[in-house]
Amino acid sequence: MSDDSSTAKAAASGEGSARGRGTAGSGSEGGREHGAQVAVTAGGGSAVSAGSSGDPARAAALAFGDAWTYAPSVEARDHVKLASRYELFVGGRWVAPSSGRYFETLNPATEEKLAEVAEASEKDVDLAVQAARSAYERYWSKLRPLDRGKYIYRIARALQEKAREFAIVESLDGGKPIKESRDIDLPLAIAHFFYYAGWADKLAYAFPGQNPRALGVAGQIIPWNFPLLMAAWKLAPALATGNTCVLKPAETTPLTSLLLAKVIEEADLPPGVVNIVTGAGATGAALAQHQGVDKVAFTGSTEVGKRIQRQLAGTGKKLTLELGGKAANIVFEDAPLDQAVEGIIAGIFFNQGHVCCAGSRLLVEEGIHEALVRKLRDRMATMRVGDPLDKNTDVGAINSRAQLDRIEELVAAGEREGATRYTLGCPLPQRGYWFAPTFFTGVSQSHRIAREEIFGPVLSVMTFRTPDEAIEKANNTMYGLSAGVWTDKGARSFWVAQRLRAGVVWANTFNKFDPSSPFGGYKESGFGREGGRQGLLAYLEVE
Amino acid sequence: MAAHGNGSGNGAGPVPRAEGGARAGGALEGGAMAGGAMARGARSGQYPDFSAPAVDRVMVEERAAALGKRSLKKEAKVAGLKLAISMMDLTTLEGRDSSGKVLQLCQKAMRPHERADVPACAAVCVYPTLVPVAKKALAGSGVKVASVATAFPSGLSPLSVKLADVREAVALGADEIDMVIDRGAMLAGKHGSVFDEIVAVKEACGEAHLKVILETGELGTYDRVRKASQIAMLAGADFIKTSTGKVTPAATPAVTLVMLEAIRDFYYATGKRIGMKPAGGIRTAKQALHYLVLVKETLGDAWLNADLFRFGASTLLNDVLMQLEKERTGAYQGGDYFSKD
Repeated sequence: MSDDSSTAKAAASGEGSARGRGTAGSGSEGGREHGAQVAVTAGGGSAVSAGSSGDPARAAALAFGDAWTYAPSVEARDHVKLASRYELFVGGRWVAPSSGRYFETLNPATEEKLAEVAEASEKDVDLAVQAARSAYERYWSKLRPLDRGKYIYRIARALQEKAREFAIVESLDGGKPIKESRDIDLPLAIAHFFYYAGWADKLAYAFPGQNPRALGVAGQIIPWNFPLLMAAWKLAPALATGNTCVLKPAETTPLTSLLLAKVIEEADLPPGVVNIVTGAGATGAALAQHQGVDKVAFTGSTEVGKRIQRQLAGTGKKLTLELGGKAANIVFEDAPLDQAVEGIIAGIFFNQGHVCCAGSRLLVEEGIHEALVRKLRDRMATMRVGDPLDKNTDVGAINSRAQLDRIEELVAAGEREGATRYTLGCPLPQRGYWFAPTFFTGVSQSHRIAREEIFGPVLSVMTFRTPDEAIEKANNTMYGLSAGVWTDKGARSFWVAQRLRAGVVWANTFNKFDPSSPFGGYKESGFGREGGRQGLLAYLEVE
Repeated sequence: MAAHGNGSGNGAGPVPRAEGGARAGGALEGGAMAGGAMARGARSGQYPDFSAPAVDRVMVEERAAALGKRSLKKEAKVAGLKLAISMMDLTTLEGRDSSGKVLQLCQKAMRPHERADVPACAAVCVYPTLVPVAKKALAGSGVKVASVATAFPSGLSPLSVKLADVREAVALGADEIDMVIDRGAMLAGKHGSVFDEIVAVKEACGEAHLKVILETGELGTYDRVRKASQIAMLAGADFIKTSTGKVTPAATPAVTLVMLEAIRDFYYATGKRIGMKPAGGIRTAKQALHYLVLVKETLGDAWLNADLFRFGASTLLNDVLMQLEKERTGAYQGGDYFSKD
């Protein structure tokens, strides 16, 4: 994408004008400073010149420039050794694909090839399902539940030991900032294995009198936004409940799943208990449709989810879907505003907005709209976009060219439909896939950017006047995965949460996860729950 | 006295003015504040808008901690550490303080290290009786003399005594006055009383800069810290400061962040830049850099200097010097390679 699109397209409209925004846009041309949007002479505590109005408050503007800059602090990657080629992990062995075909996986921050990965055909998927079936019958279903748990603990511990390596590879392959893969993806993935390992021998207590039994073979298809974490969300409960698995990672981010296969190999799991088949949509379709699969778990787009549901209708296979979202983040005027801004930022810019539960619709009580938007801009001015391996990077690379195209298409639609765009003026790398943090004001419920999932760092800001209107707007979507509410009144938090049709409602926080908390959607966001005791049910038959 | 007001609330525009409010006494004579002071009606019950936005404890602590994860290496670290030294109020506030001790501290403040590229500290902070010693030692150096006053640290003396304390300190040569608020009044909800005292102290300061110590460790909640910040700024504080150093907890990143956010809102409402001084418990270079990151990412460039940000510290300086020498030479020096003053 060209640097033009990163220019601050600010928006004078509705902003009471004279906030020094006349100089907006200088940031991206200045190049060096990070996110600076207002050219300012640094230093000196002298008051801003009041201008002709004589009111210094009107001229007030903060400058986030280069008075003191952070030097690059890039995570070393020399100890991370990637193979040039990865095969399929089937039946405890690494096997070449029957097709003989391989595809490349790229570093989205540089467009450099990281490795070649095998493309599993229908035949390979069949072998994997057979391996899983045989492992289920010969080993896994015969194992004492306590011992099953021990294997899962072993995976968790091994992952803990290799956390740094995994975090680096996750950032290389997916484009997410190392700060997030290090502090969020890895700890959560590990916690998930630890959590479900503990359930393995306690299923009878989780569902007393219901005689819980494993289903058999689970076919699991995961997305590219949290590659390792989603693998953990799928594998940990399936293994704990006594199922064997065939997992298909996304084609743009297969590497950490393949490293996980190595961990599983080293943990000495019986061959075939976990199989990893890499490939694109066709591989996933072959897995979902395979006769030998008892259960399909899919996380990804609503479009693909619907297709899988149609294909599975009448087959008797158990299905859980975790699909898209267009979460409302509702800010009332009594909210802790500065903390709400943090929640808004975390809600939409975490993982470049590639988050199904992202708070992509900001609903603001009309009276605080202007103040909140100003706070949001000031906060965005400090965001650092760039090299995912730099420990100070806040926003990394867009995962793929295809996703960048989709974001750009929807942002263009937002502009065409008349919403006002504001994009952070920050320098972006020349190569790779990048999109600077952006929000739209003046968004209507009918705009595409208010209805469709953008899955990028793009926020749609809307206003409301009464709590009822907030609820109506928040629920007026085909999705229902998550929502947020910001208010200083505890009673109002509960009142709102009870009325929101969303699987998760965060109060005075956003995008918080824990393995013990169930996660899943309403409406077109899918069905079934992952995490917590409820997450076990997706992989069990109960009476 | 006409109570004149241009004070503003939370960005909500001018507050109702208090016209001709009854005066609280000669000590509260107005007129010291630039541009015609804040709305104040003293005991007429007319005050500016003290309301402040709510603060969420969990999220503000999380944000403050997240800013502590900025990775500062090489040039960024060296520049940050030098900046920190230039912002330091080197402090000694003990019953056993003597001329000799203060003289040593002044020497250290003017020349923290033998290397020429290490800047001087911003100020030396002492009790009022030692101000003349510091004044003389620092003459011509550019290093300021700060004095605590107002019955520091408890502040529980009659107002007349506190004001006399301030006037004496100023008369003895203090460039800056670090006052304490009446926490008892703040906790009892007597916001007007807290406000009036600060206004009176500000007047007694004359040309001296006023830093208002909130003693956040005694206020109990971030909401109250935020409100106290608002009251202090409306009353004419040039700086707001976390702590006396005599109470635990003293400065924390989270409480500092709450105060920086209050300063930000006040700036947008009035155009006035108020300074910030965390004090107490800041002992390491790493902590100092954390605070600088908080300032940089909350208030931006204009606050990254000693005119608007200070550290109140007694033992921080040598750790910063040690880190600077480590960056320069690649090795840590022993403690005895840095003067202990």
